[in-house]
Amino acid sequence: MSKILVIAEHDGARLNPSTSKCVSCAAQVPGAAVDVLVLAVDAAAVAAQAASIVGVNRVLAADNPANAEPIAAVLAPQVAKLASGYTHVFGPSTTFGKDLMPRVAALLGVGQLSDIMAVEGAHAFKRPIYAGNAVLTVEAPQDAVLVATVRVASFEAAAEGGSAAVEKVDASVPLPTHTRFVSRSGATTGRPDLQTASRVVAGGRALGSADGFKLVYSLADKLGAAVGASRAAVDAGYVPNDLQVGQTGKIIAPELYIAVGISGAIQHMTGIKDARTIVAINKDGEAPIFEAADVGLVGDLFTILPELEKQLGG
Amino acid sequence: MRRIMVGVKRVVDYNVRVRVKPDNTGVVTEGVKMSINPFDEIALEEALRIKERGLADEVLAVSIGPTDTQQQLRTALAMGADRAILVQTDAAVGPLSVARLFRQLIDKEQPFLVLLGKQAIDDDNGQAPQMLAALWDRPQAVSCSKIEIADGKATVTREVDAGLEVLEIDLPAVMSVDLRLNEPRYVKLPDIMKAKKKPLDTVGLADFGVGEAPAFKTVRVDPPPQRQKGIMVKDVGELVDTLKKKGLV
Repeated sequence: MSKILVIAEHDGARLNPSTSKCVSCAAQVPGAAVDVLVLAVDAAAVAAQAASIVGVNRVLAADNPANAEPIAAVLAPQVAKLASGYTHVFGPSTTFGKDLMPRVAALLGVGQLSDIMAVEGAHAFKRPIYAGNAVLTVEAPQDAVLVATVRVASFEAAAEGGSAAVEKVDASVPLPTHTRFVSRSGATTGRPDLQTASRVVAGGRALGSADGFKLVYSLADKLGAAVGASRAAVDAGYVPNDLQVGQTGKIIAPELYIAVGISGAIQHMTGIKDARTIVAINKDGEAPIFEAADVGLVGDLFTILPELEKQLGG
Repeated sequence: MRRIMVGVKRVVDYNVRVRVKPDNTGVVTEGVKMSINPFDEIALEEALRIKERGLADEVLAVSIGPTDTQQQLRTALAMGADRAILVQTDAAVGPLSVARLFRQLIDKEQPFLVLLGKQAIDDDNGQAPQMLAALWDRPQAVSCSKIEIADGKATVTREVDAGLEVLEIDLPAVMSVDLRLNEPRYVKLPDIMKAKKKPLDTVGLADFGVGEAPAFKTVRVDPPPQRQKGIMVKDVGELVDTLKKKGLV
């Protein structure tokens, strides 16, 4: 019997899809009973969304004014308190979970497993190392709580339509005031979210400028796709950092990934290897991206993209 | 003494294409170029810049690893670190043990800031900074792309999935750095000569009473499943036809 606590990621109003994917992962653990913990100022709305995920046993709602922003140093002691009695504590391998879960593990005095990509048993898991160039199978000790992050690109979202019970819980512990939220700025583009979009169009350094990148945005809008970028394009300042795909950016698994002017460094490829179909457009026929692409087209992106958009419109 | 402690991990160089050993016990590291973890290099560069702005007196580079790790610490000294400590061990040391070890060094060295890379590019764990902050009961700022220090506090910009997040944290604190924080300097030959005279102390892992047993047992290591090589199309028309046939557009 495994008792698993999944830490919900949310923005105070909406549950992040990463939570449902963590539940999918947790549900694959043999004999798992899965609870979801929502830490918020007023957890009711988010807890209701978590309760509708199929496979969730109970939703624990912990209200606290200190939970207004997801500050790891504030959330971790609450999670550590509520982890008592659980065999596993899972969070998503997003920037939220990567920030929080190691801090939780250290407070509990245990190691943490990063980026679960497959469940092999109640204490056996696979995870990627070396930018996904090797896959590690590990066994966790049976006698300690297992704190882990779940590689969300490896799991489908769980079905909706469940009706788990929501219970208020007391997570009160002394909380630090040494870390204070100031601001968050993000692109509110109206485009699909890169991490969960079924189609993604991504551009690389070959776009040449922020202006050149408009071709990528334009094709993405035509397809109803999210926009992504290589590290080179982000470093060059063509697009903001939150569009970066790869080992140190976002790991994504869309149905369709169109890579435009991206050479395909291994650090980039690790971010897209779970994409269903990869299309590569590059003027260099020797570019490594073509090794992994399902469909490749060699040519000048500045003529190909407008043409592609035109033909898709027909 | 206003001291910054920087973690420096020896890893397989960024440009090496890593191969899994035929017996599935790990990856091939024999005869492979080793370097400072690129994120740690950025952490060190930031420490040096903070010192150059007059906000710190000493930059201390710390590594945990085999004797050969002295090479990476000499590079750190050549970049500008004032001194270095190697905690010598041939065992693989997991993030929790690293954090426990750094926690002990903090008691001895009393830094006001610990700068670490946000992840090492070998294990891709990304845990040690957060664990250290927890054990130290101090603030953590993960994936920093901007750091400003004034009046015993720091204002840090973090790269998060939604964009950028700004936190104000009290010092001392642990920060982990992201790619766009800075561009590390190149080491010049005279600096390499100077670095040979800088202090590099070696201590044994056993001196710390931190268990080196990894938290998780490695069962096996496999190469990733390979994607099948796809098809090349000759023009946009054929591309659109192919995507339509696959039901993707």
